[in-house]
Amino acid sequence: MAQTGSPSDRHANRPLSPHLQVYRLTFTFLMSGFHRVTGVLLYFGIVIFVWWLVAAASSPAYFDFVNALFGSWFGRLVLLGMTWLTIHHALGGIRHFIWDTGYGLDERERELLARLTLIGSAALTLLVWILAYLLRGG
Amino acid sequence: MSMRTPLGRVRGLGSAKDGTGHFWLQRLTSIASLVLTIFAIALAISLVGEPHAVVAARLGSPFIAVALLATIFAYAYHMQLGMQVIIEDYVQGELARVLAFAGNIFFCFAVALFSAFAVLKLGFGG
Repeated sequence: MAQTGSPSDRHANRPLSPHLQVYRLTFTFLMSGFHRVTGVLLYFGIVIFVWWLVAAASSPAYFDFVNALFGSWFGRLVLLGMTWLTIHHALGGIRHFIWDTGYGLDERERELLARLTLIGSAALTLLVWILAYLLRGG
Repeated sequence: MSMRTPLGRVRGLGSAKDGTGHFWLQRLTSIASLVLTIFAIALAISLVGEPHAVVAARLGSPFIAVALLATIFAYAYHMQLGMQVIIEDYVQGELARVLAFAGNIFFCFAVALFSAFAVLKLGFGG
């Protein structure tokens, strides 16, 4: 068939493949999306750690200021969130490694892996913070 | 002139024209990040509540500084690869895509350079 119109017209007339809205919402679907969401949040959240490193390299006074900010209740809340995002994304990554080998793709297995990722990330985050409070006295 | 057929030249390259390079580096940087994150969390716990002098000395000690540099590099590379896929999925229009790809690379470089400078400064004597 001869092509008509400008390249952009042809582009606009292409049929689109079905996107998110046509699929039934499932737990594994949400967890897959959440892996990406945690990745984006960590992408921007890493600025917090860059800031802390730069503060440590700047001066004792500036470091004390940033450390006090991080030690406030709001700072701790943000760091708790970052801990959970980091561990959740890490466990999600391990899930992807299991899938890369061709295992864990059955319906029951993938449900289990998704559940383990969520429960595991919450448990490990609590463990890290309990360890920090126990070893360092808050 | 190449003796390879057109099909032979493109086979295995995929739509981004860089073959499995992206996939492989995504996995490589995630394995590195996984191991280095365990180190970073342990380091963070060890530094809770410590004064500046202790923090600066520990971050600047050779093994910890090098491990931190590796962490920063693995994270920044992994971030660049991950965000690129997201841009490929959601950003439409040639110009917007190119700008987003460039912005992504600049941001990840800035993260890596600021962190690396801070760690090296501490390592070379504050």
